[in-house]
Amino acid sequence: MISPVYGLVYILLAPVAGGIVAGIDRKITARMQGRVGPPLLQPFYDVGKLFEKENLIVTRSQNLYALSYLVFMLVSGALFYAGGDLLLVIFAFTLSHIFLVLGAYASSSPYSFIGAERELIQIIAYEPMIILSAVGMYMVTKSFFVSDIAATTIPIILYLPGIFIGFLMVLTIKLRKSPFDLSTSHHAHQEIVKGVTTEFTGPNLGKIEIAHWYETVFLFGFIFLFFAFSVPIALAAIVIAYLIEILIDNTFTRVKWQFTLRSAWIVAGMLGLVNLAVLYYLSGGIQS
Amino acid sequence: MIELAFLILFPAIIALLLLLVRSGQIRNAVVKIAAVLIGAGTLILLITYFSSGMVLFSVPFEPTAKLMFIAELLIAGFLLYLGIKHRKYIAVGLVIVQALLLIGIESGLAGDIHPLYTLFIDQFSLIMAAIVGIIGTLICVYALAYMETYHAHHPEIQDRQNIFFFMVFVFLAAMFGLIFSNNLLWVFFFWEITTLASFILIGYSKSAEATSNAFLALEMNLLGGIAFAGAIIYLLIADPSGELLGIEQLLASGQAIALVPAVLISFAGITKAALMPFSSWLVGAMVAPTPVSALLHSSTMVKAGVYIIVRFAPVLSGTPEGLIIGLVGGFTFLLGSAIAISQSNAKKVLAYSTIANLGLIVACAGVGTYKLVWAAILLIIFHAIAKSLLFLCVGTVEHRIGSRNIEDMSGLIVRMPKIAVMMLVGIAGMFLAPFGMLISKWVALEAFIDAQFGLIFVAILAFGGSITVFFWSKWMGKIIAVDPHVHRQEDTMRKEKWMVLYILTGLTVLVCLIFPLISSYLIEPFLLSVYGQTARLSQDNIIIMAMMLFLLLIMPFSMLIPGNGARKVAPYMGGRPASADMKFLGSMGITRDVTLTNYYMNDLFGERRLLMAGTALGFGLVLLSMVILAGMIL
Repeated sequence: MISPVYGLVYILLAPVAGGIVAGIDRKITARMQGRVGPPLLQPFYDVGKLFEKENLIVTRSQNLYALSYLVFMLVSGALFYAGGDLLLVIFAFTLSHIFLVLGAYASSSPYSFIGAERELIQIIAYEPMIILSAVGMYMVTKSFFVSDIAATTIPIILYLPGIFIGFLMVLTIKLRKSPFDLSTSHHAHQEIVKGVTTEFTGPNLGKIEIAHWYETVFLFGFIFLFFAFSVPIALAAIVIAYLIEILIDNTFTRVKWQFTLRSAWIVAGMLGLVNLAVLYYLSGGIQS
Repeated sequence: MIELAFLILFPAIIALLLLLVRSGQIRNAVVKIAAVLIGAGTLILLITYFSSGMVLFSVPFEPTAKLMFIAELLIAGFLLYLGIKHRKYIAVGLVIVQALLLIGIESGLAGDIHPLYTLFIDQFSLIMAAIVGIIGTLICVYALAYMETYHAHHPEIQDRQNIFFFMVFVFLAAMFGLIFSNNLLWVFFFWEITTLASFILIGYSKSAEATSNAFLALEMNLLGGIAFAGAIIYLLIADPSGELLGIEQLLASGQAIALVPAVLISFAGITKAALMPFSSWLVGAMVAPTPVSALLHSSTMVKAGVYIIVRFAPVLSGTPEGLIIGLVGGFTFLLGSAIAISQSNAKKVLAYSTIANLGLIVACAGVGTYKLVWAAILLIIFHAIAKSLLFLCVGTVEHRIGSRNIEDMSGLIVRMPKIAVMMLVGIAGMFLAPFGMLISKWVALEAFIDAQFGLIFVAILAFGGSITVFFWSKWMGKIIAVDPHVHRQEDTMRKEKWMVLYILTGLTVLVCLIFPLISSYLIEPFLLSVYGQTARLSQDNIIIMAMMLFLLLIMPFSMLIPGNGARKVAPYMGGRPASADMKFLGSMGITRDVTLTNYYMNDLFGERRLLMAGTALGFGLVLLSMVILAGMIL
């Protein structure tokens, strides 16, 4: 059921794709703000430069946490693309973020400390919704394995519209887009300097940036699953979803963590659970 | 048979011996030898019976029942005396009610009828025996060194270590008795002994707080005991021959007869496992010396409560009463985890986490499908190991830094690196992939989807699971924060303390690796014999998790790779003039220390509000089940 080849392809190609997506994102964002924007390949130049810089640290263990963040992001994404168990993928995904949080805690720096607390709040804000998404997909396809879900001919999105909207909301949190870019941000206008990444410089920051590219591609795969019955529709959905995220990023101001937590939970509770309840009620009607 | 008798009687004999011994050296030797023998006995038991399925034994010694009855009356008299002495009239009333029920059972009905088989052993009992026999004895050994330091730190507390160790070993004997007894009268006897033992141990320091908390625990557990006695009376009325008093026979008799006693006994289990309307006794129990908390939370007491509910899970499965009991557990899991966020006292965080996890176990057992029972048993195993490790670590840290506040554990990785790493392993074991508790939560999540009304529990697990991530991670963050103010202070500690901590840490990791073996040799045969079908994780997932665990274990070695010229700098301080030891120039030219404090989010997760909600919900659900039960009996 699990095909390591796809996992390997993900490991090799995801950073390329993720970096290009980041470049397109910066370009579109710049146009929305009336700027020309950097070249498409700017993210690669940036990360390349980061790896040439001296590795300044506050404490040695930061190296371990940054590396572990990258490694387990890779593990969860590779497991996803190899067709593994969706819940295990989500747990590995959480594990990798815990390493990022620990890396921020380790330095005892005020800015990264607040970033770590906020990152944790973001994790508990989005995790229920992601788990409910997996549960919803299981209820439709009767399998937790990504390989089975991706191979289904059932239009999952028609059964899980509420779940999908909820997922788009937590996608904003996950992609670190405004209004939910609390713990760290791609923009320079973050009030806690750079939050979790404040004390990471040079190669360590580069690793975190690459991990984020991997993460973006992994999340695209998750969107894909909702539309897995038709590849063109799925690809279109990914593009549209990402454009919406960019638009939201540029039109909303950052909110407080209280609002993030409450709204994410309310959306997960209302849209996600109601969607699942309806499915549960109708479950006789779904073919397995 | 001889192994069972040994494991019940030997700790009891050792207990009596320890009561008489007042010399520390002899006590040390006795406890260590006893621990080794009990551990060895448990292993022999495991090897002898792991493949033999359910085996029943009858005890040839007739007067046992009479002796137990006399012992129970003596205990009641003792509790009555203490209750009157401390003017705890609720406890006095409960003791009297229970004693009357007992006399009723013994004189009016039970005469000389007893089920044929009094003892039994099956794979589930074996698992419980392994937990009691290995983790319980490790805690005893740890307690030796701990209690010495405890009395050195608290000269105002009278040194009654002989009573302490007497009670601890009585506790172990009672736990073995409880999990090996087929006869419900016997189970009840051992049940009451655990109540007594926890009462004495919680009140060990004799301070006003300890005494009042001990009585709180006593009252709640007596309430459960009364329900237990009610179940026995119901069974004797239903079948005066006493045949149904055997757990094995009762389970085989079907839901029509077994449901009422199963619900009453589950109520007793809920009080003992400290689920939500009764959670306060377990939180109060943290006034006791830390090894007592470790015992209560991991291998004894609360595990007796969930043991009995899991035993009756096949009866509860698919019934409205079972669903209600499951909901009590589910809400306890959700609210207990949420309250833990707002706590800064390490022992209190551990207590609420225990309450939450026991809630989850009961939720699994109450809904009671075979997959859920599989998850419940895994939860019992993983929780026992990781929680005992965490309590013992916190106890050690508390003695060294003089505080059990998580905020004071900042930079523990620098101050006490070995303890800190062990704590990290314990905490990771509680909530992170690929460690034990997460595996069980995962299985429970999958199993709930297919169960009746499972969606409620899926929601509870999705939210409750992520809440646990928060309070454990921020605790980890405090431990690993490299605080420039602190220095290493992990000096000499007694060897046996280290040994116990090393073994528990090793077990936490090891059990994650070998749980497929535990599952296929113990849990799955048990489920097959009870349900006729069994659950397991897919081979792919097990392999992937083993690989993840391996990866986690080798990650720290990346630190050994010579750094790429890593240069240390001070943290960014917003451009303020700051020194390397984190002092910065504040306003008005005053130099200040940087202090970093975790979020506790009291307005969202405050203990008072959530506990009130939990108590109301719990009481409501328990009342509801009692009303349904009354309807069934009448």
